[in-house]
Amino acid sequence: MKIEVKDAPGQLVAALRPISDAGGNIMAVIHEWDPTLRPKTRIVQVVLDLPEERLDGLITTLKAAGVTILRLGEERLLLKRSVIMIGHLMHTDLSDTVGQIDRTGYAEVVEMHMTMPGIAQRSSALLTISATNRAHMDEAVKILRMVAKKKDLLLVEPLEEVA
Amino acid sequence: MRVAILGLGSVGRGVASMLARKGLGITVTGIADSKSGISDPAGIDVAAVLEKKAKTGLCGDQAVTARTIAEGGEYDVLVEVTPTDVETGEPALTHIRAALSMGRHVVTSNKGPMALHFRELTALAEEHGVQLRYEATVCGAIPIIQTLQHGLAGNTVHAIYGVMNGTCNYILTRMADEGLTYDQALAEARELGYAEADPTFDVKGIDTALKLVILANTIWNNGVTLKDVECTGIDLLTAEALTLAGSQNSTIRLIGEVVPEKRLLRVSPRILPKKHPLVVRDTLNAVTVVTDMAGAITEVGKGAGSVETASAVIGDLLFIKNCHVTGH
Repeated sequence: MKIEVKDAPGQLVAALRPISDAGGNIMAVIHEWDPTLRPKTRIVQVVLDLPEERLDGLITTLKAAGVTILRLGEERLLLKRSVIMIGHLMHTDLSDTVGQIDRTGYAEVVEMHMTMPGIAQRSSALLTISATNRAHMDEAVKILRMVAKKKDLLLVEPLEEVA
Repeated sequence: MRVAILGLGSVGRGVASMLARKGLGITVTGIADSKSGISDPAGIDVAAVLEKKAKTGLCGDQAVTARTIAEGGEYDVLVEVTPTDVETGEPALTHIRAALSMGRHVVTSNKGPMALHFRELTALAEEHGVQLRYEATVCGAIPIIQTLQHGLAGNTVHAIYGVMNGTCNYILTRMADEGLTYDQALAEARELGYAEADPTFDVKGIDTALKLVILANTIWNNGVTLKDVECTGIDLLTAEALTLAGSQNSTIRLIGEVVPEKRLLRVSPRILPKKHPLVVRDTLNAVTVVTDMAGAITEVGKGAGSVETASAVIGDLLFIKNCHVTGH
């Protein structure tokens, strides 16, 4: 979301605190400097992860604190996509597999369910990836595809149809 | 209209018996299986031939071959339904070339020659002013080729997605429903006659890939072949993977996908919501065509079976009879 805050010491923190109080995870804070703006204000873009049902409560709190919310558009929700990986996941360094996504900065593995039926048998894992937009998500899945190929893992992707 | 039927396996017997039973104004003047043949320009008693085949394993005289019938020419349309060979396309390829070169129409269920030599064969048909129709090569009874060529004529096709292999779909349905392992579900599919003794062709996704090649060429005539398809089968899927997908209200299906704008030609197991129109059960097939004017159109139906495939062959025959053959 894009919010507008007064250019005074402590104002940004005051605007961000309600987000953490509401249980939100702040992913990125981007300052925009625009000389045509009203003096004494700054526009700050905040990328955050928050359960949808708590969003309305947060908006009320922010308004009460004097923060103007300029935009709550597509960016208000992070994109999530779940994939399944099958193979020798532990022996091929699972933390490296996850790390390759997390290190991108624009996508991360936010959830993982894994079953390991027995020693030396192939395991299966459901990975949920979160990204800030569709292009980043496609890029993250592409990375995962390359990793899977290199480590001889089977990657099962969701079907993403063209509209 | 006179037809010659080459191949008397499941599809050939289905076609022959339906032609004998339904009285569609089609006379059969030649029939051949892999070991024998019979030819009669006045018309063959098809029911008697099928009975003989069932009793003796032969449909006619061992001196008469499929090739002599194909080249003999006592027919208007050649029905080529011999077994598929994905390496060479033979013997179907030779039969089809012979018939087209003599100016005869061809109807085939044979994926081999269509996937390997699509451009050559369609050009040969055009050169001789005849029809080459192959509805039965893709998704059995579903009239997907007619839909693309005629029903959706004038549309720009953006993409095709489909469940095009009944064997894989049966295995995946059973793995999801009963928590079976891949091997258990495959064994069950074999017992029911849905899977071949060597299931490689189906489970590795090759059969689906051939169908994608035929569909891509039908729409874009782009000359793609099997080696242009990125292909992953279902044989490495685990029971746990199906359970994990189920926990998200989703399941896994083997999807063939053609998206020319992304230069994508891919067969792979994919996660789909259980309510998705392509999530069909057991041996069913389903195919979605996404176009500019019509939007998305999905057709669902039986992808294999003797009479079901015969439906596609007979549809092609009657299309030729109604639109292209006069005086018979």
